[in-house]
Amino acid sequence: MTGDLREPKRTDPRTFLVEAVSYIIRFIPAAAALFVVMRDELDRLSFALPIFGLLFVGNLVAQYLQWTRLTYATGDADIRVEKGLLSRAARSVPYERIQDVSIEQKLLPRLFGLVAVKFETGAGGKEDLSLAYLSEAEGERLREVVKERRDEDAPQALSEVPQTDPEQSSAPLFQMGPKRVLTFGLFEFSMAVVAVIGGLAQQFEFLLPFDIWDLDLWQERLAGPGQQLAGLGPLAQAIGVMIGVASLAVLGFATGIVRTALREWDFRLDRTPKGFRRRRGLLTRTDLVMPVHRVQALRLETGFLRRLFGWHGLKVISLASDSGAANHEAAPFAQMDEIAPIVAETGFALPGSDITWHRAMDRYRLDKMILASLVLLPVTIAAIFITPSWQWLIPAIALAWIIAHHWWRWRHDRHALDKTQLYSRHGWFAPSLAIGSRTKLQSVEILQGPIARRRGYASLLLGLAGGKLRVHGMPLEEANKWRSAILESIGKTDFSDLLEARVEPA
Amino acid sequence: MEDTTGLTELDPRYKTMMRFVAAIFAVVLLAGASIAEFMIPGWTGVVWGPVLLVVLYLVVWLPMRRYATRGYSLAEERLRVVRGVLFRSDTVVPFGRVQHIDVDQGPLERAFHLATLTVHTAGSHNSSVSLPGLAHEDAMAMREQIRAAIRRDTQ
Repeated sequence: MTGDLREPKRTDPRTFLVEAVSYIIRFIPAAAALFVVMRDELDRLSFALPIFGLLFVGNLVAQYLQWTRLTYATGDADIRVEKGLLSRAARSVPYERIQDVSIEQKLLPRLFGLVAVKFETGAGGKEDLSLAYLSEAEGERLREVVKERRDEDAPQALSEVPQTDPEQSSAPLFQMGPKRVLTFGLFEFSMAVVAVIGGLAQQFEFLLPFDIWDLDLWQERLAGPGQQLAGLGPLAQAIGVMIGVASLAVLGFATGIVRTALREWDFRLDRTPKGFRRRRGLLTRTDLVMPVHRVQALRLETGFLRRLFGWHGLKVISLASDSGAANHEAAPFAQMDEIAPIVAETGFALPGSDITWHRAMDRYRLDKMILASLVLLPVTIAAIFITPSWQWLIPAIALAWIIAHHWWRWRHDRHALDKTQLYSRHGWFAPSLAIGSRTKLQSVEILQGPIARRRGYASLLLGLAGGKLRVHGMPLEEANKWRSAILESIGKTDFSDLLEARVEPA
Repeated sequence: MEDTTGLTELDPRYKTMMRFVAAIFAVVLLAGASIAEFMIPGWTGVVWGPVLLVVLYLVVWLPMRRYATRGYSLAEERLRVVRGVLFRSDTVVPFGRVQHIDVDQGPLERAFHLATLTVHTAGSHNSSVSLPGLAHEDAMAMREQIRAAIRRDTQ
């Protein structure tokens, strides 16, 4: 690193040309359209012409001035861009945080030999830095500068740390055979299809050769031409209903199984040196690699029924920049003893038996119930008097549902913090447990509304890359304690080190 | 009740700026009220009175409260931003989790020599945390301090 390289530079002067040309190209159709529409009143248009001309020139001048006010500089430790005519915006991007430099050449800039350079950081909001336009040589130079600085700063041999021996990676970490996929499919019973088909059958019954809701017809069909069974009456009717329901159920199950089989067929999760490799699918086979050090948190999910049979699903929340979706299923349908080894490989751990779980403060849930009652109780009472018959049941049921919901959540939501991780479990019908690493969080926020402040509870909102992690209704002191503990853990490592896996995930 | 120890106050000019913005709004409001006052027959002050109260709240009380509830701290290599009159938010971003840093100035901020410091993080929540109302030199100095701390302690 030699001296101060921080002399601000402008982008290539031809940038203004490109901008002007693309502006004119956009302007021509509008002008032409205006001319065509107004051609009968050209004399009147002559008034407007100077205004249009002024606008046109004014825009060009503004663009030129903006170009003169955009400068960038490559310093010792960061790239800086300053811009703006009336408002000033200055952005500083440290080299350490630049994950990728991409050079883009669209048609028009290409004719001038210009490129747009984009610097990608890990920022969650997808707000990065881009410079348009630079000469090809300058773009290449910037890319080199970033590469050099990063290599200088970062010790060698970073990401390619062989973490497992090849033998281990040959046996899959988790896989699902046909039988498992079938079982999974049974639990994926498609209620939606049942509802849709049931509804369609009613709508389009004229298309069917018979009326499925017509019990007499069913009786006939059941009884056959002999009609001997017709006399059975109620029994035959019951059979008819049962067959109707059964056929819908079969449809629901079949849809679930087919859909699951298409997606999950021959599911296989391997531990490779580069990370987890997941292959699945019957017709479209997908192959995905999730780098282990990019795993930010885990989510353990289950369903209302499958919970009773011990089936769980494991999702991995990884850095959003990975390939679109940040949530990957590592094991969609497994028993806990199959999930445990996968969790161990991610560097995370399942909650031990020694940690102490906390629930949200009683008054937090109580306040929610009271708030709902304050709104819905008067509505219900008003509805009893105003509406003709049973309509008051709607707000009443909504209120009952909200109260029941908060009671369930109070009973079953839990959160806990141990030395390296934090846990948040919520839901009872379909419980879900989030496991976050204390080190891999980005920010901590304590939020208190007006009621919360009076009643002494707070929400803890954690900045997690690629997902959401929050705990509501904590006592304020506990939230403060959590925050200082988590900040203590975060402070020990720098983001770039986490990214390059130089620190073993705690 | 809140833990506000060790927080630095924002630049006093920020309060003036908020008042200025509110005053522009208040002028429009008062103009409307005056028209209504002359249009509607009756006692003087029927419209002016309530509007004046609203204006006082907006121009005097609210900027004062907002200014008083805001604060920041850079202690222990962490940026802490506290804000909110009704909803209190207390956000901490460790320097080691900052992706990039902005120092922005709107036209009005430039007139008052103020700036907004924004740090961007990788988290989905709080992907950018803004701290308005800093003196421009202070914002620049804070930027240097945060940037210098990025990966300084790892060799």
